Amino acid sequence: MEPTTAPTKPQFSPAAQAEIKRLLSHYPADKSKSALLPILHIAQAEFGGWVSPEVQDLVAETLSIKPIEVYEVSSFYTMYNLKPVGKHVLEICRTGPCMLRGSDELTANLERITGAKVGGTSPDGNFTLKEVECLAACGFAPIVQVREKYYEQLDTPEAVDAMLNELRGQIHRPILSWEENSSLPNSLKNN
Amino acid sequence: MGRKLLTEHINVEGIETFDVYRKHGGYRSVEKALKTMTPDEVVEEVKKSGLRGRGGAGFPAGMKWSFLAKPEGVPRYLVCNADESEPGTFKDRQLMSKLPHLLIEGMITGSYALGARTSYIYIRGELLYVLRILEKAIAEAYAAGFLGENILGSGYSLDLHVHPGAGAYICGEETALLESLEGKRGNPRNKPPFPAVQGLYARPTVVNNVETIAAVPVIVNEGGDEYAKIGIGKSTGTKLISACGHLNKPGIYEIELGLPVEEFIYSDEYCGGIWKGRDLKAVVAGGSSVPILPKELILKTAAGENRLMTYESLSDGGFVTGTMLGSGGFIAMDETTCIVKNTWNFSRFYHHESCGQCSPCREGTGWMEKVLHRLEHGHGAMHDIDLLVSVAKQIEGNTICPLGEAAAWPVAAAVRHFRDEFEWHVKHPKEATAPGAVYRGAAVLA
Repeated sequence: MEPTTAPTKPQFSPAAQAEIKRLLSHYPADKSKSALLPILHIAQAEFGGWVSPEVQDLVAETLSIKPIEVYEVSSFYTMYNLKPVGKHVLEICRTGPCMLRGSDELTANLERITGAKVGGTSPDGNFTLKEVECLAACGFAPIVQVREKYYEQLDTPEAVDAMLNELRGQIHRPILSWEENSSLPNSLKNN
Repeated sequence: MGRKLLTEHINVEGIETFDVYRKHGGYRSVEKALKTMTPDEVVEEVKKSGLRGRGGAGFPAGMKWSFLAKPEGVPRYLVCNADESEPGTFKDRQLMSKLPHLLIEGMITGSYALGARTSYIYIRGELLYVLRILEKAIAEAYAAGFLGENILGSGYSLDLHVHPGAGAYICGEETALLESLEGKRGNPRNKPPFPAVQGLYARPTVVNNVETIAAVPVIVNEGGDEYAKIGIGKSTGTKLISACGHLNKPGIYEIELGLPVEEFIYSDEYCGGIWKGRDLKAVVAGGSSVPILPKELILKTAAGENRLMTYESLSDGGFVTGTMLGSGGFIAMDETTCIVKNTWNFSRFYHHESCGQCSPCREGTGWMEKVLHRLEHGHGAMHDIDLLVSVAKQIEGNTICPLGEAAAWPVAAAVRHFRDEFEWHVKHPKEATAPGAVYRGAAVLA
């Protein structure tokens, strides 16, 4: 049998650590748990677009709280991915106003073009499709959110192609301002 | 053409920067309030203005402010609710991304009025790019001396931070929002105690919607009485309407309250009519949770009067023939829209977004979604229609927070006004589920 190597414990990059320190200054010293949601966003950006149990434990350690306090939060909010995802997570709005302007057709087209099913990832690993509820951009429906960008009025094949081509040309887009000035995040270094 | 109190400069190039915003009269309310007014005088102006909460409930903002407990030596907070997620509503996103300094100015003036020394903007996590815009603008305001220690030499100090959520409609409910801001699941709290007494970190807290806070600068600058001159009766000032669905010109419109609904839908100054030359079938006028109304009842009240865009006119007739202004999320549906499918879609939304704390909501929303799904797919029975009404009734009033009502109202209203269309799905499942099927009225039942 091959010896198994113990997985290395995840660590935040120096840039992420600096951002976490800045975030913690926003809350009273004895209320640092308030930073949990923003730190989970950073963790998700750092470690490949999802938060593994190990990453969640790291977040708990960072805030000196129990791991269960992180798990119960990460499982409540829909933006945290609890399973590995493709390079780009396409969050397709499916709620009423988007449905009235063709979100069902958009979802079907994206499944056909990418080869991914909703909830899954395309064979090339590029795209994960995720249906989400209202993204608050109803006047520009139908809409897809990819990280910090909204792609709007995706009701023509040209608009959908333009979005997918733009994404294929990128391997990673920064998610929070700290990344813009930082070195490559861990998720890329590991690629 | 109505007055634009919030969005007059929204299309000015560079208005998102401090310098350009300041050149167009920005931050005057901070100067006026901090240098010439006491905090209570600011609260008094907001009371006089008649400004009502723009997030959906329409509660008088000045009164909400005056409820804030002010025990000696205890910090208190102003928290801005930027968790915009009521389907059909997208005004706050536009306002914050284009006019970040307007919200910041309102937060400073409002925090001064309430005596808050630290304030938060809780923004939904999906709007990370707007969070960046706000953080940049906040940094500019600090650099210009409008935030931080001893603002403009007044002795008043304020820190302002932006906090992201992470995808949960329920966090738009103010106590769920506060739980979330404390790093917890967004489970609404039992009330009382209300946030005005025990809010963030169990301290006295006011939570206001983005648009409500954005109206504070103009109220302070021009005076509450002047503001109250705009609008009709208890619907004072202007309101941002998010127009979406089957309209020729969807988008954000700032209207003077009192505009006739018909003019809003059909005039070229606003939505420019229904797309593709089609007829209007129904409207959800105030975000997905308010009762849907058929064309005839959204344009005119049951008494035959023109329906106006005011809190009172839209609710004329109660829930039998009226609806609510709500958040101003205005969803128009053309003649080809399937009401059953749309109601099922909204039910799925509320089921998905129920936090699961209260059984009537957790179980009831799922039950309604299932029943609507089988009706929509041609597997429903006649008694299912009454079952929907019965479940909706049992949710309403039996939950900790208003998500229960938000889930129940659209279903009850859809059955109330479009019962024949539900029955068509039961009696003629093949026709109703055929691709592109459109219900054309009771005649086809014959």
